[in-house]
Amino acid sequence: MAVEFEVNEREVWDGNYAASQALRQADVDVVVAYPITPSTPIVENYGAYVGNGYIDGEFIMVESEHAAMSGCIGASAAGGRVSTATSSQGFALMVEVLYQASGMRLPIVLNVVNRALAAPLNVRGDHADMYLGRDSGWLQMSAFNAQEAYDLALCAFKIAENHSVRLPMMVHQDGFITSHTAQNVYPLSNEAAKKFVGVMNPVDDMLDFSRPVTYGAQTEEDWHFEHKAKQHKAIMDSASVIDSVFAEFKELTGREYNRVETYDMEDAEVCVIGLGSTVESARVAAKEMRKEGVKAGVVAMRVFRPFPYEEVREALKGCKSIAVTDRSSPGGAMGAFYNEVAAAMMTSQSRPLVTNYIYGLGGRDLSIENIKTIFREQQANADAGYITTDIQQFTNLRGPKLGFFKTERN
Amino acid sequence: MAITSIKNLKEFSTNNDRFEGAHTLCPGCAHSMIVRELMNCTDDNLVVSSNTGCLEVSTAVYPFTSWDTSWIHIGFENAATSVSAAQVMHKVRKKKGTLKDNDAPVKFVAFGGDGSTYDIGFQWLSGAFERQHDFTYICLDNENYANTGGQRSSATPIGATTSTSVAGTHSYGKKEKKKDIVSIMAAHGAPYVAQLSPNKWKMMAKGFQKALEAEGPCFINTVSPCCTEWKFEPKDTIAITDLAVDSLMFPMYEIIDGHELNILYRPKNILKVEDYLGAQGRYKHLFKPEYKHIIEKIQSDIDEDWARLQRREEARV
Repeated sequence: MAVEFEVNEREVWDGNYAASQALRQADVDVVVAYPITPSTPIVENYGAYVGNGYIDGEFIMVESEHAAMSGCIGASAAGGRVSTATSSQGFALMVEVLYQASGMRLPIVLNVVNRALAAPLNVRGDHADMYLGRDSGWLQMSAFNAQEAYDLALCAFKIAENHSVRLPMMVHQDGFITSHTAQNVYPLSNEAAKKFVGVMNPVDDMLDFSRPVTYGAQTEEDWHFEHKAKQHKAIMDSASVIDSVFAEFKELTGREYNRVETYDMEDAEVCVIGLGSTVESARVAAKEMRKEGVKAGVVAMRVFRPFPYEEVREALKGCKSIAVTDRSSPGGAMGAFYNEVAAAMMTSQSRPLVTNYIYGLGGRDLSIENIKTIFREQQANADAGYITTDIQQFTNLRGPKLGFFKTERN
Repeated sequence: MAITSIKNLKEFSTNNDRFEGAHTLCPGCAHSMIVRELMNCTDDNLVVSSNTGCLEVSTAVYPFTSWDTSWIHIGFENAATSVSAAQVMHKVRKKKGTLKDNDAPVKFVAFGGDGSTYDIGFQWLSGAFERQHDFTYICLDNENYANTGGQRSSATPIGATTSTSVAGTHSYGKKEKKKDIVSIMAAHGAPYVAQLSPNKWKMMAKGFQKALEAEGPCFINTVSPCCTEWKFEPKDTIAITDLAVDSLMFPMYEIIDGHELNILYRPKNILKVEDYLGAQGRYKHLFKPEYKHIIEKIQSDIDEDWARLQRREEARV
């Protein structure tokens, strides 16, 4: 039996520590990991809990992130609860096996501490790694602070392991800003957390020899399409399970989560939509803009996969001009997030103006003032009835203003 | 563990058969013989993993499977990692009592071809051995990437023509010697490492049993003649392995705890390597006058390697 690790009603934890405590309380059986900044403390801490008897699990430190996810797949197929953490280049090295984990419908929870992708080498936070995983068949949630990194990690096990979902899930938090900033966190008691997450009940257990299973079969043109379609449907259908787990969590803690979060949106005419720690800055900026008479609001993506098109459309339908913030190098297109939001709004009755702001690459700060400028530009668009700037702009970049794509006007 | 007694081949071949005869391997492929030897040599439950390769693509094409035991394939390189992590999960679940049958003995086995073992999966294999997981890794060494059309791997011997080391007017085929994977794996300090051949089926079954019994990571390199890429008649598979072991192209030996080397088979009449090379299309060009010196080199390499193996056996280092 594991030694009881005492937690107080209020703790001062950073995002990494909060996530590792969720792993301990969820009684994760096996963590297979390879260290990479800034996610390393999550798995280090799990290893320390094992080393000090606070958990009856095993920590396997392997020789690469590819092996880490490969090991997670093997361990998960062997019917226990599995989790790991990574960032950036490590995430990139995992990508091949991320697709295998989701294709085999294994409920692994991956804590992703978002960091830029090289070159140039950079250890700071942006969302390049997160978007690299967007088509991998994993569910993706975004935590904006340490409390949420803890809460959502607990929810992730419950969602992923639900028998109507059976999909791996990522919980994202911003490198350093969230992962290394100590904040007040209100954890559940060990008992309450354990009860909430529940017991892992494996579906196709490799260690149940009364019913042998074959994992990782080959399908060609005769069956591959049907498998991928079924997987996509499972991802889309997971929304209702996510909603019910969030509802159960609210009942337990009072903390409310929604797939799309809205702040000051009741009468908003201009809006910033984003995810990650930027959301908290945007909320402050929106409040200040309201003092200037601008009806500003903020929409935040709690769940990125499945992408909640209808909920995004509903949240933004009253807006005249929307700024979609992408913290990733778009690589010759509009930002990935912009494309999703623009697609959602294309099917709306109101067809608001939708602009794209590229910001914060490699950990560049996005100040309250920067966001206020974005709001002012949205107000100008709303007043003019068309996009008055380039549709895509780079915010807080050194040197001359950089923007692309003009709106089409008569 | 529950060891199957080995009396005669007929009895052994039908024992505890968990690898179905229905698969799509080429007629004459030695892979299925080697796999069945492993599956039949123990009564313990088996969790098997496979790297991508001929074995994998021929035994689990949806909606069919040849595996009447738990089996997993992820990618080209990571069978050692997946099965060793499953072994750790077994340990945890046994401790917690969450297994369906908590007392049933389980063995963990990974299969890889030479491409995935010597080349693309080597890091994963080495990592799993360094971590001392309790599993057995079996390399089905057919000395080329047979599944993708016969490209050279680092297991391809010098002088063989492959689709990426083509013999012609200006080339005698592959230029480099085969990688000595057995020594490399023994250098990990593994409790049991061996090189075995399916023509000596009792020796192979006993080697597999030693590996399954030993605690820790064990490695066995098996000679798996490939009629398609080595170019011989499917009926001659075992005859080719006879030539391979009697010419000492594939000496059979084991290394215990990284240093105790035992030669398992000493041919009564050591054959010239020409006999082995001449039986296969992939070496046909070496018999042209301009490439005869390569045959001489292969023979002198074999002689040196055999002398070295005997010195190591004697020295116990």
